[in-house]
Amino acid sequence: MKMNRVAILTLAAIPLVLTGCSASSAESASGTTLTYGLWDANQAPAYKQCATDFHKANPDITVKVEQLGWDDYWNKINTGFVSGENYDVFTSHLANFPEFMLNKQILPLDDYIKADGVDLKAYQPGLADLWKGTDDKQYGLPKDFDTIAMFYNKQLTDAAGLTADQLSTLDWNPDDGGTYEAAIAHLTVDKNGVRGDEAGFDKKNVATYGLWMENSGGSDGQTQWSFLAHTTGWEETNGAWGDEYNFDDPRFQSTIDWWYSLVEKGYMPSFEAQTGIGWSDQLTAGKVAMASNGSWMTGAVFGAKSDTFTPAIAPTPTGPSGKRASMFNGLADNIAAGTKHPDEAWQWVKYLGSIDCQSVVAEAAVVFPAIPAATDAAIAAFKAKDIDVSAFTTQVEDKTTFLYSITDHRSDVAALVTPVMESIMSGKATASSLTAVNKQVNALFK
Amino acid sequence: MTITADREATSQEDVPRKPPAKKKARRDSQLKAAILFLIPASIGFVVFFAWPAIRGLYLSFTDYNLLRPSTFIGFDNYVAISTDPVFWNSLKVTLEYVVMNVGVQTAAALGLAVLMQRFTRSMVVRGVIMLPYLIANVIVALVWFWLCDYNLGIINAALDFFGIDKVGFFGNENVAMGTIAMVNVWRHLGYTALLLFAGLQAIPKDVYEAAEVDGAGEWRVFRSVTLPLLRPVLAFVLVVTVVGSFQIFDTIAVTTGGGPVDATRAINYYIYQRAFERLDFGYASALAVILMIILAAIALLQNKLLRANESDLER
Repeated sequence: MKMNRVAILTLAAIPLVLTGCSASSAESASGTTLTYGLWDANQAPAYKQCATDFHKANPDITVKVEQLGWDDYWNKINTGFVSGENYDVFTSHLANFPEFMLNKQILPLDDYIKADGVDLKAYQPGLADLWKGTDDKQYGLPKDFDTIAMFYNKQLTDAAGLTADQLSTLDWNPDDGGTYEAAIAHLTVDKNGVRGDEAGFDKKNVATYGLWMENSGGSDGQTQWSFLAHTTGWEETNGAWGDEYNFDDPRFQSTIDWWYSLVEKGYMPSFEAQTGIGWSDQLTAGKVAMASNGSWMTGAVFGAKSDTFTPAIAPTPTGPSGKRASMFNGLADNIAAGTKHPDEAWQWVKYLGSIDCQSVVAEAAVVFPAIPAATDAAIAAFKAKDIDVSAFTTQVEDKTTFLYSITDHRSDVAALVTPVMESIMSGKATASSLTAVNKQVNALFK
Repeated sequence: MTITADREATSQEDVPRKPPAKKKARRDSQLKAAILFLIPASIGFVVFFAWPAIRGLYLSFTDYNLLRPSTFIGFDNYVAISTDPVFWNSLKVTLEYVVMNVGVQTAAALGLAVLMQRFTRSMVVRGVIMLPYLIANVIVALVWFWLCDYNLGIINAALDFFGIDKVGFFGNENVAMGTIAMVNVWRHLGYTALLLFAGLQAIPKDVYEAAEVDGAGEWRVFRSVTLPLLRPVLAFVLVVTVVGSFQIFDTIAVTTGGGPVDATRAINYYIYQRAFERLDFGYASALAVILMIILAAIALLQNKLLRANESDLER
């Protein structure tokens, strides 16, 4: 009797044990799930493809890709550091990287890089250095890069008699603006059809501006003035992780004064007139002939092609140095320090930085991947869409790029400098007013 | 002596005042029910208002920046704010916004409400007046941002057609805050008018009849009958709109972003930038505490001045 009961109980327990077993085995099959965040909706499909490919190669790791708009994205990451509910791996930006690194919110990768023998020289030169912390440790593997060029409406430049050749050999200086200013003046047309460099030009009634302003550029002028100022030999800070800004440099101030002079001459909309609908829509609508911007906008601009808008790209002008200049900005993926799966996160980061994933990104023809072979694949993918992106890549080939200035207090610097730049571009102050704010900026580092 | 006298007095008074046991029990059970009904709202209040407010007050005395551990720094944030030109400017532009927004909105809404009450019974008209309020703030702001664009907007195209100089509605320092105020008047006008309209409905018809018998004209009726009797509702509307107006944020966030220069950097937008762009949560909390004190003082003052708790009907 007693034995029987035990036997029955044992028998009854078997399915429990079995289900228990099968449950745990199913769990180990599904393995670790990582979350990965990015802000660019245009790139989300490529990275979802990468995640699928990665899961095939590593069946025990699943990556969930989430895309959020820029503001929400950074709010989620910042608050996620505190709440502990964060992405395991996320696309990072140099504007935020210093804050994360200095507060130890992201993991250094050096041990992993050494153990797995990842070659940092495999990337376009300079990109890996962007992600080096003050402690000389590597925090990210470069995934892509961007440079600056001039987007223009070929129908308007044709009407002005400017050829693609002429547009790609313009020169500039802060005194008279060089052939760059001459081209901008000629591209400007008033309501009566008079061009900016012709007699009787009515600068109060401009129908098509020669150049667009796109706000004041704030404290980095990435797409607005940095490509000009750097041809004068000016540097924004005293090197990587600098503690001194150079907004008081006369070379910088003369660049900004020249830039504002375009407003007074009527070649560029005033700050007042450019507040509103963005530059790419104004370009599409024929309100402006030419606008400087980043390679990441290529898809959006060429997607707007119409009967009245034939997009094309020219490189930025050469400056007093005799060379061109373009900010060379790159993204990388960071691992959140709070992740429960650092080893798996590293596997994913390594995959994102590998030729396998970067080739997929190249095929999408949205950005330029950081590995040269994948960069070439992206150029070919753009070409297949009938887009010549050499104006962007020539800066890399000719080594005329400079890096985004990484410093601490970047958001404070932006908050201090932006209003001053806006008042200069509104004509309320001259560029010399930057000297005072530069003192405030540098005081942040003391 | 006095003690005993007092005792006698209390015991004497107590006897007739003591409620019957039955009544007391009923009151007790009512109290229980009341507590039960109050619990959900109280939980919401404590979790979403009281606790964050207390925590915000605490953070305002620290240098909390979200990522680094915070230290208690006493009144340092408040001292820094007192000499922060951006703060003082933000107060100034916020006040400008409130005056323009509430001033125009209340006057127009009052006019609209009176028109609705005196001249129409149409539900369609009442519905249409409410329409803008049903559109999300951000969408309203973006639509006006496009309509007002200097180069592509239809409003400037119309100005240009009539030979009037174009206006950078959002880009001109002197105009931007006014534009934002009017955009929000457009959205809130119908709602405010409806609140006032409800107040008008509560005014008894016989006062109007009496005024008519006395030979009062439309304007006289409005000034001597409608306006005084509407006062409690008007006070309520003013308190709510002024407090709401002070917290202007979304329209600015999606259009000017505080610019040009600092022309539209209202206090709430400045708090947001300090907290979420510069991660300066301690400083931002101190700003928020100051805003709270200002709003409480204004609400109190309004209530006093407008005697919101009494109606002329009862006098």
